[in-house]
This record gives sequence, C-alpha cells and structure tokens, in this order.
Amino acid sequence: MKIMVPIKRVVDPYAKVKALPDGTGLDTGGAKFEINPFDEIALEEAVRKREADPSVQIVAVSIGSSSCEDQLRKALAMGADEAILIESDAEWDSPSVAAELAALAKELAPDLVLMGKQATDDDNNQAAQMLAALLDWPQATFASKLDLAGGRATVARETDTGEEVLEMALPCVVTTDLRLNEPRYIALPGIIKARSKPLAKRPPTTEPRLRTRTVRLDAPPTRPPGRKVGSVDELVSELKARGVVA
Amino acid sequence: MKALLIAFDPSELEPLARFGAALGAPFDVLLLTGSADDGYGASEMLLAGLATVPPADGLAKGIASVAEGYTHVAAAASMRSKDVMPRVAVLLDAGMVTDAIAVLDGKTFQRPIVAGSVIATVTVETERVALTVRTSAFDPATPTGSANKRSVALYCPTAVARTSAESQASGGRPDLTQAKVVVSGGRPLKDAGTFEKLIGGLADALGGGVGATRAAVDSGIAPNEAQVGQTGKIVAPELYIAAGVSGSTQHLAGMKDSKCIVAINTDGDAPIFEVADFGLVEDLYTAIPALMERLRP
Ligand SMILES: Cc1cc2nc3c(=O)[nH]c(=O)nc-3n(C[C@H](O)[C@H](O)[C@H](O)COP(=O)(O)OP(=O)(O)OC[C@H]3O[C@@H](n4cnc5c(N)ncnc54)[C@H](O)[C@@H]3O)c2cc1C
Repeated sequence: MKIMVPIKRVVDPYAKVKALPDGTGLDTGGAKFEINPFDEIALEEAVRKREADPSVQIVAVSIGSSSCEDQLRKALAMGADEAILIESDAEWDSPSVAAELAALAKELAPDLVLMGKQATDDDNNQAAQMLAALLDWPQATFASKLDLAGGRATVARETDTGEEVLEMALPCVVTTDLRLNEPRYIALPGIIKARSKPLAKRPPTTEPRLRTRTVRLDAPPTRPPGRKVGSVDELVSELKARGVVA
Repeated sequence: MKALLIAFDPSELEPLARFGAALGAPFDVLLLTGSADDGYGASEMLLAGLATVPPADGLAKGIASVAEGYTHVAAAASMRSKDVMPRVAVLLDAGMVTDAIAVLDGKTFQRPIVAGSVIATVTVETERVALTVRTSAFDPATPTGSANKRSVALYCPTAVARTSAESQASGGRPDLTQAKVVVSGGRPLKDAGTFEKLIGGLADALGGGVGATRAAVDSGIAPNEAQVGQTGKIVAPELYIAAGVSGSTQHLAGMKDSKCIVAINTDGDAPIFEVADFGLVEDLYTAIPALMERLRP
C-alpha cells in the first residue's frame, strides 16, 4: 500500500501576519515556516498506518521553492519513506497544484492521497477535491477517523451537523480535520538523523495555469473599541439598551 | 452574466439571494432538497428533489450537468459546499473563490485569508467563476413571491457508500450559522455536562445557538459541529457571547463580524476583549448563572 502525502510550507499558524501597507504582499514579521498543520495530521495518520502495517510506503511531496526542503526533511523525520520536491519558484494556485499532483499520482500510483483539508495561509480548501475530480477518484473530506482494509477506505468525517461515515474503494483522496490525530513531536536531532532518507528534486511536469490572481491585500476592517462593564447588571442594561436582548 | 446559485436546502435560498443581488446579474437557483415557493428574486427555481445530498463525486457531476449555460456557480460557504464546489470548478474549468465576502465586479471578489488577518482581492481569469460565499457578509434579500419553477433530474453517479447517515443538528437549537444569538464556551468549562448546563442553558435562555473553541471541542466537552473559527464555522449573529474564550486569531476568524460581542473572562488582558463591545472581567461560573437569571424570558 502506497500513501502519497502532499505537504505545503506555510508561515507559522500562530504568527501575527499583516498586509503590507501598500497592499502588495504579506508582512510575516520574520516568523518561521512550518508544515501546514493539517498536512502534518495527514502525515501522522500515514505513519500510524505504517506502524500497524509495515508494508505501507509513504511518499511526501511538496511543490515550491528550494526552501520547502526543510518541511520535507521534517516529514522524513516524522516517518515518510521518501520525499519528492517539485522545485519551482512560480506562483501555484490550488487548481495548478491539483494538476501537478494529478500528474504525479498517475506516475506513482498511490492507493491513497492523504492531505490537509486546507492550508492555514490561503485558507482555500480546494486542492484535494480538485485533485480527486481530475483523477475521477472518490473522496472523503474532513476526516476524523480513517480505516484502511481490504482495498477499501472507511472514513468518519465531520459535517455541518455532526458526523457521517463514508466507504469507498481505493484509490481515493482523503483530507484531514483537526481531530483525526495529534501529530508526534519531532526534535531537531530526529530531523538531522533523517538526512540519509531519499529526497528527490525535480522540475514540475505541468505549467501552473493561474485561474485566480491575488491583486491586493488589505487589513480587515477594525471594530470600534468596546468597553469593560463592572457587573452582570450593567451588562444586561447595556444589552437591553442596544436592543440585542429583550 | 447569469448565475446559478446552489441551495442545499430551502433555508439557504434567502442567504444565497443576497449574493445574487450583490453580483447584479440575473440568477437561477438550483434547490437540491426540499421545496420552496419564494425565490427571492431568482429568474427560475430548478427543483432537483433529492431525498439526501449525494456524495461529492456524484453531486459535482450532477451540478455540472445543469451549470453549462451560466457564468457563475455559487453556493453558501459550509462544509458541504466546500466538499463539492472545487470538484464542480474542475468539471467546468472555472476559477474558484472560497469564502467570498464582497463583490467588486463580476470577476473580482474579496475573501479573508490567514485566519481573517488579511483581506485578499482576487480576480478570476477564467470565463466561468465558481464560488463559496459567506452570505452573512451581504445585505438581507427581500421576498419576491412565487418563483417560476421547473423540475430537473440530477444524475449523480457516485463511487461512495454512506454507511452511517449524517447526524442531525442537536437539541432543537437554531443552526449556528443562521442564529441571531450565539453563546460560545472555551477551555475552562469543566466537562460536557457543565458546558451544556452553562453555555447551553444561556443559549436556551436567549433562543440562541451554541458555539465552542477548538480547545473545548478537542477536549470532548463540546461537539465538533459547534467549533467556531478559521477551521470551524463562521458566524455573524446580532449577539455573540464568548465565555472563557481567550480570543486566538483562529477563533476570532469565525466570529469577529458579529454585530455585538460580549466577552466574559477572568483575565482582563485576554485578546478577546480587543474585539468585544462589552467586556466583563468575571468568573464565568458566577457570571453565567447570574445572566441566565436576568435574561430568562
Ligand atoms: C491550524 C489551527 C486551526 C485552529 N482552528 C481553530 C478554530 O477554528 N477555532 C478555535 O476556537 N480555535 C482554533 N485553533 C486553536 C486556537 O489557536 C486556540 O488554541 C483556541 O482557540 C483556544 O481556545 P480557548 O480560548 O478555549 O482556550 P484558551 O486559549 O486556553 O483560553 C481560555 C480562556 O479562559 C479564561 N478563563 C479561565 N478560567 C475562566 C473562568 N473560570 N471564567 C472565565 N474565564 C476563564 C482564560 O483567562 C483564557 O483566556 C486552531 C489552531 C490551529 C493551529
């Protein structure tokens, strides 16, 4: 069984990120870059599957600049068997990423593509579903539990109203939600030790064709400052005065 | 320009029509389940009459098959629409905008990124546009009376079996994303029973919905569908009460467009107070029962 885990390099999700005053880019305040937290959950899940079944093989893939190597090294340290860096300094939107991943999936023939439900930088929530559509594979998004057995995936997934369970034949695409697992912590020595694992670099096989373009970035509107109230009674009378409670 | 708005059920008709009006183009509505009379300005209402919403692989094909003649295909932002719309976008070769909050013109939209820290202006380069829309960011639509209706047969071939049906919204409380009042609780709520008694109790006293932080959901004291934030639900009620919520960027991303925000927190420096209209520095275990006492109808 082969599991392909796409990895996106994103700015630390806990960093304060702002739009530059001229609207042309982001001010990340010198924050670190990390594996997108949802991709880390995907990787953790793949590693757990391999711990249960040693025949599972995990390929981590990233599309982007040479600095994505840091995140792939970490993926190898977490337990990926090999990593592929599709090196490109071009801009890639979600459909372009999906097209490149589709080409790679055709080559590697994974049984499962396990990826994050969204990236915490662009919050797009598109690439996995687009990949599944391009391959005409079934999908289960927002997984909170994943079982693989007998060539099938059984996935409990989070929905707007709670949860449902889907079952489908492999190959398929599954995206991870927060409660699928808690990724293991990898200390620096672990990352250094994984240096001997294979990391292949190669150019993309498709050209990014941007279907959307970001033309401006702005600060969100600010709220007028509020105030502290001294007691529950004062709060209730303010809310009544505003007409938000009866 | 002509838009096709995808309503999963009749409750989405009015919210979606807000976007139709903002786009300023004629629109039809594809109603997947249930039936309705008022189209809120739709030129035509296409009734699919599905008993349940099919899995995304099939549904995307069904939607794409009726979307041929439209420039825009849009659905209200939700987990179910985010599941299927990117697939629809591929089938239609449409550029896609997630979580649109403003229409600048037929090809230019605004959307929040990085947990709402930044608003991106995005242009779509393809002929067709697919979107999920945060309908709470648009002005309410007015009823227009009975719409022209037509039945359509959606063919939704799927390779997926749903072996356990979707759970239904709990406790007869209003849907979080459409509730006028939302009461949310965070980590300091001791257990599920306490959460239900205090947060659920105050919500019931106000006829509102129940929300939670990720910390509350992860520790099992609140159900996952209650999570508000960057990776949970996006709400913008008239009144949002956050009790024992620190106000992380990820949580604020889901609620900072609420009309009136109340924060109850023992730490007067908690970031939640920066967005609160009214802040009460008090223990929620005393403040909430007192509030319930005074607000109970
Ligand atoms: C990728 C990613 C996605 C995320 N998505 C989301 C999301 O969608 N939604 C979300 O909410 N979070 C999300 N988070 C988590 C987020 O960063 C915070 O960890 C979380 O919101 C904190 O929840 P909290 O406010 O309940 O807990 P805490 O931050 O621990 O805050 C608890 C607060 O309660 C106060 N308090 C303690 N005792 C009392 C008392 N007795 N009475 C009153 N106040 C009290 C404390 O002063 C404190 O301010 C995400 C994180 C990541 C990395």
